[in-house]
Amino acid sequence: MNHRYLPMTDQDQKEMLQAVGVENINDLFSDIPEKVRFQGDLKIKPAKSETALTRELLNMAAKNADTKQYISFLGAGVYDHYSPAIVDHVISRSEFYTAYTPYQPEISQGELQAIFEYQTMICELTGMEVANSSMYDGGTSFAEAAMLSAGQTRRKKVLVSEAVNPESRAVLKTYAAGQHIEVVTVPQKNGVTDLEKLKEMLTDEVAAVMVQYPNFFGQIERLDEIEAITHTEKAMFVVSSNPLSLGALTPPGQFGADIVVGDAQPFGLPQAFGGPHCGYFAVTKKLMRKVPGRLVGETTDDGGQRGYVLTLQAREQHIRRDKATSNICSNQALNALAASVAMTALGKRGIEEIARQNFKKAHYAKQQLTSAGIQLAEEGYTFNEFVIKLSRPVKEINEALLQKGIIAGYDLGRDYENRENQMLVAVTEQRTKEDIDTFVKELIQYA
Amino acid sequence: MHKKDQPLIFELSKEGRTGYSLTPLDVPDVDIQSLAPQGFIRETAPELPEVAELDIMRHYTALSKRNHGVDSGFYPLGSCTMKYNPKVNESVARYAGFAHIHPLQEASSVQGAMELMYDLQQHLIEITGMDEVTLQPAAGAHGEWTGLMMIRAFHEANGDFKRTKVIVPDSAHGTNPASATVAGFDTITVKSDDQGLVDLEDLKRVVGEDTAALMLTNPNTLGLFEENILEMASIIHEAGGKLYYDGANLNAVLSKARPGDMGFDVVHLNLHKTFTGPHGGGGPGSGPVGVKKDLVPYLPKPILVKNGDRYDFDYNRPDSIGRVKPFYGNFGINVRAYTYIRTMGPDGLKAVSEYAVLNANYMMRRLAPHFDLPFDRHCKHEFVLSGKRQKKLGVRTLDIAKRLLDFGYHPPTIYFPLNVEECMMIEPTETESKETLDAFIDAMIQIAKEVEDSPEVVQNAPHTTIIGRLDETKAARQPVLRYIKKEAVEV
Repeated sequence: MNHRYLPMTDQDQKEMLQAVGVENINDLFSDIPEKVRFQGDLKIKPAKSETALTRELLNMAAKNADTKQYISFLGAGVYDHYSPAIVDHVISRSEFYTAYTPYQPEISQGELQAIFEYQTMICELTGMEVANSSMYDGGTSFAEAAMLSAGQTRRKKVLVSEAVNPESRAVLKTYAAGQHIEVVTVPQKNGVTDLEKLKEMLTDEVAAVMVQYPNFFGQIERLDEIEAITHTEKAMFVVSSNPLSLGALTPPGQFGADIVVGDAQPFGLPQAFGGPHCGYFAVTKKLMRKVPGRLVGETTDDGGQRGYVLTLQAREQHIRRDKATSNICSNQALNALAASVAMTALGKRGIEEIARQNFKKAHYAKQQLTSAGIQLAEEGYTFNEFVIKLSRPVKEINEALLQKGIIAGYDLGRDYENRENQMLVAVTEQRTKEDIDTFVKELIQYA
Repeated sequence: MHKKDQPLIFELSKEGRTGYSLTPLDVPDVDIQSLAPQGFIRETAPELPEVAELDIMRHYTALSKRNHGVDSGFYPLGSCTMKYNPKVNESVARYAGFAHIHPLQEASSVQGAMELMYDLQQHLIEITGMDEVTLQPAAGAHGEWTGLMMIRAFHEANGDFKRTKVIVPDSAHGTNPASATVAGFDTITVKSDDQGLVDLEDLKRVVGEDTAALMLTNPNTLGLFEENILEMASIIHEAGGKLYYDGANLNAVLSKARPGDMGFDVVHLNLHKTFTGPHGGGGPGSGPVGVKKDLVPYLPKPILVKNGDRYDFDYNRPDSIGRVKPFYGNFGINVRAYTYIRTMGPDGLKAVSEYAVLNANYMMRRLAPHFDLPFDRHCKHEFVLSGKRQKKLGVRTLDIAKRLLDFGYHPPTIYFPLNVEECMMIEPTETESKETLDAFIDAMIQIAKEVEDSPEVVQNAPHTTIIGRLDETKAARQPVLRYIKKEAVEV
């Protein structure tokens, strides 16, 4: 058949069949038992031309309310941030996106070096010594941190703050079931992890204490106090962190975190309806040989020239098989590259400026909302998200604001029984003063 | 390719340069220290590079030139299906209505995205012959683990807690046993016979009351169709186990044999392989999982449902294994796969497998006189050669792979599967022309001659790449996993 992705001509086919020594292509499938051979045609939609298909898909895309047209105050783990135009141009270079895992370092130096740079940037942001080349996303990265902790401490229980993203906690629960790890939730109080409860719950059977910073409600957890508690029982201190916030916040590494995980989505990665994003995974040097996933290391070639290779592979599934530290194989390499380009474009100054703008704009929004009479669910220090109390179901308000061109915040009642009619509002640097003022004006009508 | 060392981006950094453009703060400024507890505002900025935009672009352009992708040249990496990545897929995935939507928006505002997901699921159900599909897993290994967790939930729901073992052939991908471990199972290996297929007698020996599942790739990693698949299915099913299909090699059998019809209970697909992902330098992928009816209750939640013309996510799934990933999977990759399937249609997909298989058989027959062919029968989309003959002359498969670099090719997968000595696993895919295949075959034949006439040329390869063979032992013994500023080291 003639198709732009299939170069085989009738003449080619004739010559090749002859070389193989069969009459027709079907002879090559004669080893498939008659009983399981698929007869007839797949009942799927017929092929469309490029023009017809793109028209159909453009219409499909147009049914969605996108954040290029709508003003978004929705975060809860996925954010609308500034993405330098250069990011998409770099990752569109097909030497990057049409390659696979750099198994042949001599012809994969570009990818390997880019990932080495990415690992360095994640270390810089988190204050950790070692970072891997990426995980699927923040949620699975969080779950892998629990598994590493259980393996390292030989303990089978983890304490997870209720103020951690519910999606991440749900993923952790599934992974933990496979590994027979018990997951116990430490309650939140006034929007932060309840430290008194944590002290009571912590025993020498706990493999890890897992918190989020800033947490799901936007609050800045007291990592200093949590670290002190955690390490009294020699549990691993695991912090999930929005890496963009670390342009302004003291990094978890400085507070003695053993494992820092999260999602690099805020760096140049589109929200894309939840994926693909880019999990990051950073640890202390002590845990270097327990890290899941690929690591790129520096070395030299036979002529002494500097180069990069995949290294410490004895941890990985293709070598260790059932004894591997994780089953991860494909990761999110292209998105790690995208995040690197965004981090590079921001640079040392930009990362600080963008993080501080998030702080300040969210603070402004918080002030405007409260002066308009809307109550905060709790006081406290917040980064770019905070929780407000409303008198009606959030879903109802969100539907109404959509009509005004606004994608409003997250309905916390979906995950927390005692937080009905509470909305998690995210304000990034993308929101102008005018956006925020409009939001306040519209929201107040439904408050 | 450039020979010169490309400096690290950190080495290009110069204080005072910027590469970004932020709108100046337009709300009243406040003292940052007042917004966080004392000690929580960072005192020293992270050492991210300071580079202007053109120099950033040049840096990454230089790096891209030091990388080989499918668009650069032939990439016959076995089991990875390195086919052409259509450009229209890339355009569609970037439509604002797909790229810039938030996963937690009200369902009413993302009906187009949900429609695409639903229709993709329907297409995958038909292609695999399964009853239901979830798009949540992020990659193949993630799909394996998801499928095994469902199998475990199924057995446990039947009060059957003694099924602790997963059987895996010796030719299986490393992810199979690793996924079994993560899902809480022990792995048992079943041997291959001298035909390269699962040894039925050995399978009967290892199967039992403790069997949770058999994981199988079909065609297997040797590129051979497991023709006893129905017997294997009944051995496993009679023992009360489930049959798991690793979809890494689905490119061989589209519209030719469906896993659902072969007796498989669970299937994962690698959308970045068969359905043109792309591979992205190692990801992101997408690993949807299909199941038969009796496993449907255990699918990860939420489930995408259609009521009349409206799509919704159903979270009320009491028997679900739970979430395996935040949100709904790697949607951006799923958009690309959907675009591809709609571009090919039923006839196109059938042609994909037919041409992939003909290409592989053609290469195998033409190379057979020059290398050892461990299994002399029709292959499917890939085949393995052994470098045994060359090894006797002092040249290893690794050397042959490195020599191929000099010809501008990405080498095949080497030393895998583990049950073939000095293995080379070659997968041409259907998107390569006969001229490309012929040129690669010629290069392989030339290398085989060099092994006989001047082995040192092969042993010392590569000769033309930007860098020579790298010292992997040094990298592992003295790990340097990040850049550290020179001054800092000297202090």
